[in-house]
Amino acid sequence: MKALDDRPTVVCNGMIGREAFTAEDRGQNFYMIGSMGLGLSIAIGVAVTQPDKKVLCLDGDGNVLMGAGVLASAGALDLKNLHHVVLDNESHGSTGGQATISDKIHLEQIAKASGYAYAERVAADQLEAALPAFLEREGPAMLLVKVEKGNVKGIGRVTHTPPEITARFAQACQG
Amino acid sequence: MPQTTEFLEAMQANGYDFYAGVPCSLLKGVIRRFDEEPEWGYISAVREDSALGMAAGAFMAGKKPAVFMQNSGLGVALNAIVSLDVIYEIPTLIVVSWRGKDGQDAPEHLVMGEIMTSYFDNITLGEMKGLPWRILNPDTIAEDVAAITKEIDERKVPGALIVAKGILDASS
Repeated sequence: MKALDDRPTVVCNGMIGREAFTAEDRGQNFYMIGSMGLGLSIAIGVAVTQPDKKVLCLDGDGNVLMGAGVLASAGALDLKNLHHVVLDNESHGSTGGQATISDKIHLEQIAKASGYAYAERVAADQLEAALPAFLEREGPAMLLVKVEKGNVKGIGRVTHTPPEITARFAQACQG
Repeated sequence: MPQTTEFLEAMQANGYDFYAGVPCSLLKGVIRRFDEEPEWGYISAVREDSALGMAAGAFMAGKKPAVFMQNSGLGVALNAIVSLDVIYEIPTLIVVSWRGKDGQDAPEHLVMGEIMTSYFDNITLGEMKGLPWRILNPDTIAEDVAAITKEIDERKVPGALIVAKGILDASS
């Protein structure tokens, strides 16, 4: 999370949100606790409204697959300030690790075909080196990170109420 | 004043400045104006729930959003309404057409046409008994937009302006 400076970040539901909260809670994070598949749509709404701010969507493979049509919206809107990091563990982590289908299809290629200016995949151990330069790219840009399946034991839940998340994210977006 | 023009002026007068949606023939006058006048910034979304997601992001980033859809899209939209807009307290005006009104329409519209207002009445959470809705009356367009806006802003919930055939079909 340290590489993210102060940019508004929409974090998808499921384990990714809980991990982001536990790793480093920040007011710029919008933790989605439901509405699976809509993280990118929310990030698009922020990016359109605040064109001078860089906006990140921290997503998972299950979420991207569910809202795959929205990749085309991001591409068609040509949002230069939108970055999309997808943590792809090829599974639905919070419901028991059931397989998605991202082992068989390439989400970053769908993003490219949907008009993303940049979309590449990296291995988990390449993320730290790749992230700073990626976050400065012209968007819409996707970095798909192949990560291991499995949840961290004892990971926390987001303790803020949804209205609290709304209020502090709004302040971060508009501040 | 022509109805679509009156409606759009009422939207502006009530502060709306972010528009997204999926079209309906009953709303085609408004959507045509959006297409012809890019200054509205209308986003043609791929799904109704995506339009609501964009609206939520825009709201938190400082805009006042309205989302347009056919009532068939309420099925797709339900999860966004209940697990995003309601629990995060994001007021969004949903301008929704009323296909299937009075049982007079193509078969695919009849169920949603019949449950149109009860759909919103049945979205409840503890003390919150239903979401606000209002049927747009062609004789009181400005008052209707103002009234539903006041209610969703005060209650911090999404709410619907329901549009029957023959009101916003023409672009003037």
